[in-house]
Amino acid sequence: MADHLLDARGLNCPLPILRAKKALKDIPIGEILEIQATDPGAVKDFEAFCRSTGNELVDSQAGQGEFHFRIRRGK
Amino acid sequence: METSGSETKRLSMIVTKGTLDWAYPPFILATTAAAMGLEVTMFFTFYGLALLKKKLDLSITTLGNPGMEMPLMGAHLLMPNLLGALPGVDAMATAMMKNLIKKKGVASIEDLRQAAIESDVQMIACQMTMDLFEFKREDMIDGPVLGGAATYIETATKSDINLFI
Repeated sequence: MADHLLDARGLNCPLPILRAKKALKDIPIGEILEIQATDPGAVKDFEAFCRSTGNELVDSQAGQGEFHFRIRRGK
Repeated sequence: METSGSETKRLSMIVTKGTLDWAYPPFILATTAAAMGLEVTMFFTFYGLALLKKKLDLSITTLGNPGMEMPLMGAHLLMPNLLGALPGVDAMATAMMKNLIKKKGVASIEDLRQAAIESDVQMIACQMTMDLFEFKREDMIDGPVLGGAATYIETATKSDINLFI
């Protein structure tokens, strides 16, 4: 289970990333943010975002037109 | 900024276009780069200065853009280049674009610009263009500082990525 949930469904680039960044800032380091999205571009974008920002992409899943990401907040 | 010092990457951009379609690349890249921890500077010059007005009224034109295709009822409508010269055609194309933007969950330029300001993107308005087009400072949003080419070049020499849009 994720500690925090962000619903980014229906949002297009770059909004899922911008909302995730905002949400991560508000959770304690080490806790996990789960993001729901419908933008297929978010798959590659969350990988790149996490590589560049020191957050950990714990999990990335696709199914039924939706994408679920779990990101552990780094520093 | 959350982080600063020599480790921080920097992005600078020259923003020269003031149409609805061309307003997207600079604001999308600026907000995303800021979200990824970069220090971002946007230098608005010539028609790009229109993007700093308090009241945005952006439009697109089909003229000179044979690449413009709009999705319409499952097909694509190639926007007729020559028809763009007729009154009302650009207004129609702009309305179609705004409708699509809303329908597809794409952010408005107003929202992206606000997000850029909130994430400490530095904005510079070109002083020379302000004079040239007789723009008033009070018609522009509060954040941007006024500067010229030297101000931009100084920023660019310290940046890892420099874009001209």
